[in-house]
Amino acid sequence: MSDDSKDVLSTAAPMQRRSVLKGTAGILAAGMFPAVHSQEKIVLRYLGTAVNQDKAIGDKFKADTGIEIQYVAVTTDDVTKRAVTAPNSFDLIDTEYFSLKKIVPTGNLKGIDVKRIKNADKITSLFTTGMVAGKAVGDQGTAPKKVIYLEGEKSKVFAKSPTQFMSLIPTVYNADTLGIRPDLIKRPINSWAELLNPEFKGKAAILNIPSIGIMDAAMVVEAMGIYKYPDKGNMTKKEIDLTIKTLIDSKKAGQFRSLWKDFNESVNLMASGEVVIQSMWSPAVTAVRTKGIACTFQPLKEGYRAWAAGFGLPATLSGRKLDGAYEFINWFLDGWAGAYLNRQGYYSAVLDTAKSKMEAYEWAYWMEGKAATQDIKSPNGDLLAKAGSVRDGGSYEARMGGIACWNAVMDENNYMVQKWNEFVAA
Amino acid sequence: MAAWWQALPLTAVFVLFFIVPLALILMVSFWDFNEYELLPDFTAKHYLAVFEGCFNTDAMCVTFKTYLSTIKFSVLVWLITLIVGFTVSYFVAFHVRSPGIQTVLFVLCTIPFWTSNVIRMISWVPLLGRNGLANQTLVGAGLVDAPVEWLLFSDFSVVLAFVHLYTMFMIVPIFNSMMRIDRSLIEAASDSGASAWQTLWNVIVPLSRTGIIIGSIFVITIVMGDFVTIGVMGGQQIASIGKVIQVQTSYLQFPLAAANAVILLGIVLMIIWALTRLVDIRKEL
Repeated sequence: MSDDSKDVLSTAAPMQRRSVLKGTAGILAAGMFPAVHSQEKIVLRYLGTAVNQDKAIGDKFKADTGIEIQYVAVTTDDVTKRAVTAPNSFDLIDTEYFSLKKIVPTGNLKGIDVKRIKNADKITSLFTTGMVAGKAVGDQGTAPKKVIYLEGEKSKVFAKSPTQFMSLIPTVYNADTLGIRPDLIKRPINSWAELLNPEFKGKAAILNIPSIGIMDAAMVVEAMGIYKYPDKGNMTKKEIDLTIKTLIDSKKAGQFRSLWKDFNESVNLMASGEVVIQSMWSPAVTAVRTKGIACTFQPLKEGYRAWAAGFGLPATLSGRKLDGAYEFINWFLDGWAGAYLNRQGYYSAVLDTAKSKMEAYEWAYWMEGKAATQDIKSPNGDLLAKAGSVRDGGSYEARMGGIACWNAVMDENNYMVQKWNEFVAA
Repeated sequence: MAAWWQALPLTAVFVLFFIVPLALILMVSFWDFNEYELLPDFTAKHYLAVFEGCFNTDAMCVTFKTYLSTIKFSVLVWLITLIVGFTVSYFVAFHVRSPGIQTVLFVLCTIPFWTSNVIRMISWVPLLGRNGLANQTLVGAGLVDAPVEWLLFSDFSVVLAFVHLYTMFMIVPIFNSMMRIDRSLIEAASDSGASAWQTLWNVIVPLSRTGIIIGSIFVITIVMGDFVTIGVMGGQQIASIGKVIQVQTSYLQFPLAAANAVILLGIVLMIIWALTRLVDIRKEL
């Protein structure tokens, strides 16, 4: 039915366009077919970071539904900035859960009606209850379960218990740890403390996004046994001072080769051998490996720093664009995109649907932590792992169950940013 | 009256796109803010925050350190681009006779601008890095035992990138001034028995002064406000005022960023004012 309507539109001569539209409107009014496929094509402006904006995903969605996705790629911080300052400059936002503390109070996001999301009840329990395989994981910082529900569609506050409205529908998430060059380090690494180990003087790097970098630093401070935070994700001024002081002392001793802010920078630093140990993102490790360079996303005994991103809808979105956005979210959770992301080393929100779109050997390697029975390839066809190898960090349960804290926005955020600038200037 | 009307379009553009935004920045620098919105107010606390701890004697505060480092780069880059720019201009203006070849050489000077800023800077890594060409050559020739680390992500690499980028801004105005020097003056100097150096110092340099000052204004203002080059070439470990402002805006701390911007603007204006004391640009043009 929907295909028919498209044909009518494309074959109609310009002269007849008006009458065709009228006719379409009549059919629409009669509720005979979904609004999404009628009239002119929908283009959704998708605001997010470049990491999640894969051309293949947009192309596949367009082929499946006829709706075009227009990527607007900016940095993590700028996604938040635009959501707060220019909420009409996008139709769909892909942002991290920790940003919600800044965005939701502005009222610029609309609660997403879970009744319109087909797979809403299949979203992994990590988001809804903070559990993995029945066990609670670390919830220091802005854990998604704290901010995923809103009190209503037009709410500016988070709900304490599950409601019909979600702030963000999860897209991808992962647990970050240190990336290392095993060929240059030549010994096992098992603790966050190694990041500031003088052995790697001039060969270490840390993330220069304050709200994420400070969490990595806190993991290091705890691992070094300097201090144990009651909540790493919400430090007091004193705790911030201590954390930054540790970083500054290391920096002055020449520990860091560089700081990085951009995905490609981290890949570059690692691949060129300028840095042998640094905080890193999983797809960046994958990117280094596809260049044929050994790089490990090293599981550490203190656990992981987790992050999660999701789709949100701007409050002003309405009509066909809103329907299109819902259709995209539903499509995204339907498996193809999930499988695509899982093959990049991320995790998808609805595991069952993604599993159905992956080969059994792929699922066993990526999700169950089993040795690969065949060569593992990236979605682009590059070789990622030879048959017989095992994924860093093991199975989904082992990795996500090892979460120690989440990326966060602290109450003392302004002070933290000021101190971070001090670290950069030191 | 007609003259006023003729000036109106440009004035309107200036007011709309320059004066109004600047006034807004000034206004916002006195506002308050929270995590997600600006609160109209009149408070000097952001200015105080910028200089917090600056008047304790024991250690230099972040703001002073940052300005010091930014000014250090400005002076270094200014000196080097001035010497390189003057030399190149001198060569093209006085030693190259054919206008055709002068044009070709000029186009050659613009090559650094053909690629994007970021690509250009990233391409320094394989050249200067630990395993880069420069180090391979040095180690291979037996000049050093271990790779030299300060070639990249250091003050050296920042200055190098700036010079590579901005010498052009020195060359153009200086060349322009030199081309307007009456050649008979040089002949007169030589007839009066001046040596080549004396001619250079007593005739050419004073007559190129306008170009030198204009080029200096370009280079100094660009370097004072830069954060991309210092960020990428300094391994993001070297502070600059531009970087501080950028971090603050990305964390929605607009009033703080505005206060910093106003202070930076004030300092740069003072530098330009001092430079224009040296030459009356309006008269010379």
